[in-house]
Amino acid sequence: MAGNTEPLSPRAKLAVTAGKAAAAVSRAAGRGSGSVIGGKVALRLDPDLLGALAQHLDVVLVSATNGKTTTTRLIAEALRASGPVVSNALGANMPAGITSALAGGSDAKYGVIEVDEKYLAGVARDVTPKVIALLNLSRDQLDRAAETRMLAEKWREGLSGSKAVIVANCDDPLIVWSASSSQNVVWVAAGQEWKDDAWSCPSCGGVMQRPGDDWFCGECGFRRPTPSWVLSGDHVLDPHGSAWPIHLQLPGRANKANAATSAAVAAVFGVPPQVALERMYQVQAVAGRYDVVSFLGREVRLLLAKNPAGWLETFSLIDPPPTPVVLSVNARGADGTDTSWLWDVDYTRLAGHPIFVIGDRKLDLAVRLEVAGLDFRVCETLDEAVQLAPPGQIELIANYTAFQDVRRRVGN
Amino acid sequence: MSDNSLRLVWIYPDLLSTYGDQGNALVVERRARQRGLDVQRVDVRSDQPIPTSGDIYLIGGGEDRPQRLAAERLVRDGGLERAVSNGAIVFSVCAGYQILGKEFVNDVGQRQEGLGLLDVVSVRGEGERCVGDVLADIDPRLGLPQLTGFENHQGVTHLGPTARPFARLSMGRGNGTGDGTEGAYNDTVFGTYMHGPVLARNPLVADLLLKLALDVNALPGLDDRWYEALRTERISAATQPA
Repeated sequence: MAGNTEPLSPRAKLAVTAGKAAAAVSRAAGRGSGSVIGGKVALRLDPDLLGALAQHLDVVLVSATNGKTTTTRLIAEALRASGPVVSNALGANMPAGITSALAGGSDAKYGVIEVDEKYLAGVARDVTPKVIALLNLSRDQLDRAAETRMLAEKWREGLSGSKAVIVANCDDPLIVWSASSSQNVVWVAAGQEWKDDAWSCPSCGGVMQRPGDDWFCGECGFRRPTPSWVLSGDHVLDPHGSAWPIHLQLPGRANKANAATSAAVAAVFGVPPQVALERMYQVQAVAGRYDVVSFLGREVRLLLAKNPAGWLETFSLIDPPPTPVVLSVNARGADGTDTSWLWDVDYTRLAGHPIFVIGDRKLDLAVRLEVAGLDFRVCETLDEAVQLAPPGQIELIANYTAFQDVRRRVGN
Repeated sequence: MSDNSLRLVWIYPDLLSTYGDQGNALVVERRARQRGLDVQRVDVRSDQPIPTSGDIYLIGGGEDRPQRLAAERLVRDGGLERAVSNGAIVFSVCAGYQILGKEFVNDVGQRQEGLGLLDVVSVRGEGERCVGDVLADIDPRLGLPQLTGFENHQGVTHLGPTARPFARLSMGRGNGTGDGTEGAYNDTVFGTYMHGPVLARNPLVADLLLKLALDVNALPGLDDRWYEALRTERISAATQPA
């Protein structure tokens, strides 16, 4: 059972204390929350610290290309129905950030942990999770990330011996490939709008057939498993066939999918769907995402989209034309320095919206929109874009560092 | 090429469309339509036959396993070779460029047969992966301005006697042979390591493909101010230290 009954070893205690001191120094120096530096210091003093900290927790790991932070938050809210939760809620999702988050939760019963895709197999080995939730895999930061299918292959190898219950999206063939070497999988039909990373069978390379919502490989027979949980419009169907309404404050289909997966995770710990879902309704914004802020006398909704799959889901949740849209794209290290992914995004979906373009790579975006045949205006700053935008709540869509820039400017 | 219609074929987007390669198809399509051409774009999946009556064929970049599968399927199909012998124009990028050559090294480390439409042979580079902005001067015979692009590959491509270097590098690794060349071409078949996508960064290369397909020396001008602004920014970024 969870709950800190056994004390940490002296070495682990020292590591936690040193890590907290480093984090405090980092915060005092104005360098963010300090969770990453704190975790790094602590891990250097005790490399086994992550495992030691997790030993007393029922751990849930969450990984994906998109939706990790939000789903981590939804699962954490749901499990609070059953006990205290510690979580890396701000998205510091590599081993140092995770260590730091766990060190702050000595009284917790549950650890709900977002994990960067590249570190999932290693973290899963260190913390012996009870549940691993896998949402989706698609192209992201191709200048430095592993190829998408290779990542799925690594997950598959890393998870094959795990005793965890894998809660996985059966609508993403790469996720199914990753999870299907595991013994205990709960399949969730959570949907996946983006399909362009899985036309080729992850098992044999054959061409994938995709009639309707189904998919299968015509050559080797690899196919969509039968789900026990299903997202169906505004409802999630549980394994007993009961339909539970999803009323989130968070917008969009993708968040309903995240809620469906979260309900399936909560059920593993005995939290019933209606209890889990009701707790999720309270979530309004996640690390600034989906927040509506007042700026220069206007209402601006902040939306984060980091890759083609994320942009596609975001287009489906914005208000219809003539709602003005501000787009901001950077290509700094954390974004990936290659902007070619802009051409995988179907910007014609924005036809009819007044469009304003900002960010370090506004000219890449300008050419992209020109070729899509859209009208747009290139602006130097967020202020200029907001001031030029016609009346109505503004939808602002930005990739990672562009989103941080916007949050700083609007004081979010 | 019949009257004012243009048949644009995009080969195997299911396998070779990892680096925004659709952009090259979109740019050619847009610039052709802006000149009043009736464009028929055909996206050919790798379980479908390659049509032999296309005017321009585009083939993009991809990961190592899809590259092997694409080469196997294209060699088996034979349609692209027939199209080229009918005078079609082919523009290829990265993994697609290697496939058009005589041979490349595949994901399992074996030498694999390509289509032989370009006199080049590719191997896997020993050093670090080439990632970053590239600047090069295109072969003066083609009468085009500086080439700007983004490379992300590990390949090294050696040119044989009947392939001409597409460009001479001033920044970046290009063919990776250390001889300062980037890409290769013959009369109607082009290959480059440039992503970006390359035709969005170099719209006059897209126009060259159109001119070759239409067999004309000039095309009506377009309002290229956003392309020009992007080119100026990227060329200046490539020449300034980060």
